[in-house]
Amino acid sequence: MSEPLLRVRGLRKAYGERVVLDGVDLDVATGEVVCLIGASGSGKSTLLRCLNLLDQVDDGTIELEGREITDPKVDPRSVRRRMGMVFQAYNLFPHLTVLQNCTLAPRRAHRVGRREAEARARELLTRFGLGEHVDAHPDRLSGGQQQRAAVVRALCTRPTLLLLDEVTAALDPELVGEVLGILRELAAQGTTMVLATHEISFARDVASTVVFLDDGRVCEQGPPAQVLVDPVQERTRAFLKRVL
Amino acid sequence: MSDTQVWTPSEHELARRSVRRRQRVRSTVIATVMTVAVLGLVVAGLLSSPGWPRVKEYFFSPEAARESWRAVLEAMWLNVRLFVLCEIGILALGLLIAVARTTRSAWLAPVRVVAVVYTDVVRGIPTILLITMFGFGIPALQLQGLTNDRVVWAGVALVVSYSAYVSEVFRSGIESVHPSQVASARALGLSEGRILRHVVVPQAVRRIVPPLLNDFVSLQKDTALVSVLGVLDGVFWATNYANYNFNYTPMVVVAIYFIVLTVPLARLTDHLQKRVVERERAGAR
Repeated sequence: MSEPLLRVRGLRKAYGERVVLDGVDLDVATGEVVCLIGASGSGKSTLLRCLNLLDQVDDGTIELEGREITDPKVDPRSVRRRMGMVFQAYNLFPHLTVLQNCTLAPRRAHRVGRREAEARARELLTRFGLGEHVDAHPDRLSGGQQQRAAVVRALCTRPTLLLLDEVTAALDPELVGEVLGILRELAAQGTTMVLATHEISFARDVASTVVFLDDGRVCEQGPPAQVLVDPVQERTRAFLKRVL
Repeated sequence: MSDTQVWTPSEHELARRSVRRRQRVRSTVIATVMTVAVLGLVVAGLLSSPGWPRVKEYFFSPEAARESWRAVLEAMWLNVRLFVLCEIGILALGLLIAVARTTRSAWLAPVRVVAVVYTDVVRGIPTILLITMFGFGIPALQLQGLTNDRVVWAGVALVVSYSAYVSEVFRSGIESVHPSQVASARALGLSEGRILRHVVVPQAVRRIVPPLLNDFVSLQKDTALVSVLGVLDGVFWATNYANYNFNYTPMVVVAIYFIVLTVPLARLTDHLQKRVVERERAGAR
């Protein structure tokens, strides 16, 4: 296998005495969709935050395209500019319109011209069914629309890697589908994604790799057909029985 | 999960930590050098200015400072008492006005009008005028049963003036609390008053600590305005000294005392604020 896009080795993260991630290894190849599953508190969100350098790791390394990004000499902004992140609670900026939310980073962090940034954002927003809401403020939209806007915001910087943290967890069941739909579309286009999710059936359909985290460790990982259908570990089986 | 004792950082992590340490040391050095350099330039500019010897004599005379520091301190005690007592009154009145402005009941419409007019009018009047009017005007009315102590009326004037400012700070805090908080409190069956008391105001206060502190510090300094009534506070003493001895050093002494008063207060509130944030936002993403 060629050099993976993202390589995580021996990642450790503790908040005070509480060890949240303990010796996590993970490889993500370009075009892969990696689904992190596991109970609440198993470390899925923390792992994503460490990948985006929002949290400082306590040990281990993260490499992006062969360059160690956990090196303190690396400017975290240069790393974050190459990754997109979508949060569970959308985290759209309420004082900006949807379009402004989507052009802020391209214009101010990536120095894309206003016209080009807006054209790009409009195109993506239209593609994801938000064409008529570009000038609305986020609080005017439904949860599903807001989350789709948040995904577009992350995509507008053309990230190499998209991180998604339980992006459907705050949505009504009937709105979950519309967000998962665009994720499916992105996956089909070959977008590299790492997502923490509770949607097991989505993981089964879309993931190229499923990683089961338990108590801050990778308990089991592999293709969904194996991890989700015929797991080796007892703990994985117990977890799946609880959520399915 | 329970192997916190067993875990030892890897070589790599130790190297990383030493890099971070070096980065920290480097930024501390830069910060120190920059600060010293800038301050040095300012001081050098001051000392080399043509009038410095005279300024030094009039404003920084060691003899005058020795002669005056104790008396100024005693006179300042009045400023401190005035500040503490006024502050309590201001907080209470300010909150009351802010709450009055945010009430929605039709019955309380006159209260709202009074509150709005009060803030508009009082804020428009310079504090020094309020103090003069209260300090000289009210005793001149010769009202039965009311004190004619000018210090008391100066204090009342400060409370009136500052409560108008502080009420606006409170109001902005109250209005910054998200409507969903009020909705969920209503859903729990709380009355509007209880919602304010237990849900809205506590959250509002946390947010407005810095601007409140701003007004406190301002108030501390404005206690000096009572000197216009001829009340013997720190500033009045220093002015007197200057008039008799043609030396302004006691004013510098007063200024130093005011700084010594305000800085610990600022640090204390910063510290308290930080603790609240850490407790309530621990792990907030």
